[in-house]
Amino acid sequence: MELTGAQIMIKCLEKEGAEYVFGLPGGAILPTFDALYDSKLKFILVRHEQGATHMADGFARATGRTGVCLVTSGPGATNTVTGLATAYMDSVPIVCITGQVATHAIGSDAFQEADVMGITRPVTKHNFLIRDVKEIASTVRKAFYIANTGRPGPVLIDFPVDVSRAKTEFIWPENVHIRSYNPKPVQTGSSYTADQIRKAAATINASKRPVLYVGGGAVVSGAEKELFEFVEKTGIPITTTVLGLGIFPETHPSSLRMLGMHGTHYANYSVQGSDVLIAIGARFDDRVTGKIDKFAPHAKIVHIDIDPASISKVVRVDHPIVGDIKPALRDLLKEVKNLRPQIKDWTKQIQEWKEKHPLKFKQQGSEIRQEYVIQQVGEITKHQAVVTTGVGQHQMWTAQWYGFSSPRSMITSGGLGTMGYGFPAAIGAKLGRPKETVVCFDGDGSFQMTMCELVTASYYKIPVKLIVMDNGHHGMVRQWQQLFYRERYAASELGKSNPDFTGIAQACGVFSMSIQKNDEVIPAIKKILAHDGPALLHVKVARTDNVYPMVPAGHALDQVMDMA
Amino acid sequence: MKHTISVLVENHFGVLNHVSGLFSARGFNIDSLAVGETEDPTVSRMTIVATGDDRIVEQILKQLNKLIDVITVEDVTGDDMIDRELMLLKVSADQATRNDVMQVVNTFRAKVLNVSPDTLTLEVTGSESKVDAMLELLRPFGIRETVRTGVIALSRNRELKMPPSGIAAEGPVRKSASKKTASSSRKKAVSKAD
Repeated sequence: MELTGAQIMIKCLEKEGAEYVFGLPGGAILPTFDALYDSKLKFILVRHEQGATHMADGFARATGRTGVCLVTSGPGATNTVTGLATAYMDSVPIVCITGQVATHAIGSDAFQEADVMGITRPVTKHNFLIRDVKEIASTVRKAFYIANTGRPGPVLIDFPVDVSRAKTEFIWPENVHIRSYNPKPVQTGSSYTADQIRKAAATINASKRPVLYVGGGAVVSGAEKELFEFVEKTGIPITTTVLGLGIFPETHPSSLRMLGMHGTHYANYSVQGSDVLIAIGARFDDRVTGKIDKFAPHAKIVHIDIDPASISKVVRVDHPIVGDIKPALRDLLKEVKNLRPQIKDWTKQIQEWKEKHPLKFKQQGSEIRQEYVIQQVGEITKHQAVVTTGVGQHQMWTAQWYGFSSPRSMITSGGLGTMGYGFPAAIGAKLGRPKETVVCFDGDGSFQMTMCELVTASYYKIPVKLIVMDNGHHGMVRQWQQLFYRERYAASELGKSNPDFTGIAQACGVFSMSIQKNDEVIPAIKKILAHDGPALLHVKVARTDNVYPMVPAGHALDQVMDMA
Repeated sequence: MKHTISVLVENHFGVLNHVSGLFSARGFNIDSLAVGETEDPTVSRMTIVATGDDRIVEQILKQLNKLIDVITVEDVTGDDMIDRELMLLKVSADQATRNDVMQVVNTFRAKVLNVSPDTLTLEVTGSESKVDAMLELLRPFGIRETVRTGVIALSRNRELKMPPSGIAAEGPVRKSASKKTASSSRKKAVSKAD
């Protein structure tokens, strides 16, 4: 039986195991929505396409499965660009299907036409334009395959409306093979060698001051068990990037918590003092390394990563191991020894740093500090919630104070730093892990970028818990202006123009409450967590707090600023 | 220094956009890029000449390799290779100067494609430096117009490896669940990172 291209597209999504599709209809994608009408796929209608991509992204990060978006041509497609770029920077698997004008009209500046292939090339792992109805099934198959293998990333399919109306026999390709794409170099045995593992292990075994530096790649690989065993066996202290949070329990004595611009003193000092730095699924981002030529100046660097292009991109690597982290760590684990006796002085030194420079904040009067709210949510949820964030001060404080204990529990835009990411990502995460508590910490500035999705959470009754920290500023911008721009606060104050957040939530059908005194924090958290449905807690917090510790941009990691 | 990079790519829509976009997005400089179909009509070969230190060139190779449509990448700079460029040029030549121009033409084994009362249109093929040298020698006569193809190159001994066709394919199995091994034996050139 012949099916339309649109019907084939929907059948392919079903076959790929998609559960939710996030999006918004429009002219060029209407045939596909018509086919969706007959499908069991659960569709989430967003208020803005950026929200759809962040929801798909949150779903993917929370579950490891590929998130799916379906939007129309032109403005629908261009609205996904921020979400695609966010996913691309943080290696998140998304398949985004955009409607396109009919093939004969492409290039004619037709209504709602945009050069989506050109626009999205730099923000996707790959993109496709389908020009023949017979190519749909194989293209979708390839798209999902590319998105969630190797180093994952977003893949876009541009789907012209005439192709979606054309008819053909539906043939599902059971297998995918792309001769120019070989995502699993490890399993072919053609990538890292036993010799490379042995050499890396010898360097580690000879070290006096080793440190593990672990990023989001370890989360993607699902290597938490191997990593834990590695630390238990060797006794090597471990720090994570913001995307690596949760891969290793922060309550463990070997944990140095997060490193980088707002990392702990002891993580940064340890990296700077290390003689061997073992980077795992991390990419030496400038927010992590500080001034690059002063980064870990004495260290030999071992780098495990699935993406060969990450190796020696920023920092010259001594021992590259290209491959999937999980098996690579397992191989390395066999070769390394217990280093505790030989690194005793090192761990003692680190312990001293830990005692001398703990993370801290000052409680004053009844004013609410963001750190306190985050810490209390951590306690009340027993550090087990799935947490998402926007971008800015609240994001860094969440990284510092929540106390992450399991992988895929910190969902945040690390690479692109996309304000407005947290709330829609929380909706996607909650759909992916419905039994778990999902909390979004957001800032007043960040939240306003995607708050239209309150309606989405309300309409579909998605019980996410949203905590909006209202300091009346773009707080991180204000902090930089105070510290580096002679207190000239250009366009960073929101206080006078902020809306009534609880009123907006109520108008959208979302339960909400507002607090401004410290003793209200715990009861309010408990109340919104207990509420059956989506809920927003508006917290009036101290207006001019800064995030510390802080390594100013362009400084070496050990040049740390801290509060007096 | 200048590197000559040979790239086999899928011969379909959008590939050139991916390659050229990569160079601009990463801030790599292209000196020249020549592209055309190969003996296999599904495959095109690009010859890219790019300038950069070793680290930049290493990144160029790795980033090219990451592109889904790129089949094989090799830096053939150090190889014993044959490289050629073709240039068409129109040079001023009247009765007084035509013989002098023809001497240069003969020395470089160039071809005369067209003669007009005051110009000669020439074709010259050779290494980039030969083409440059001829251009310099003709410059005093007055160059009217030129067009160059960019360098194309082939290694004398080495052939870029294509993956064997008809390999057992592999489905998009979830990462953690997958025990199947991709049987592709093709090794992308840069994965030997050590």
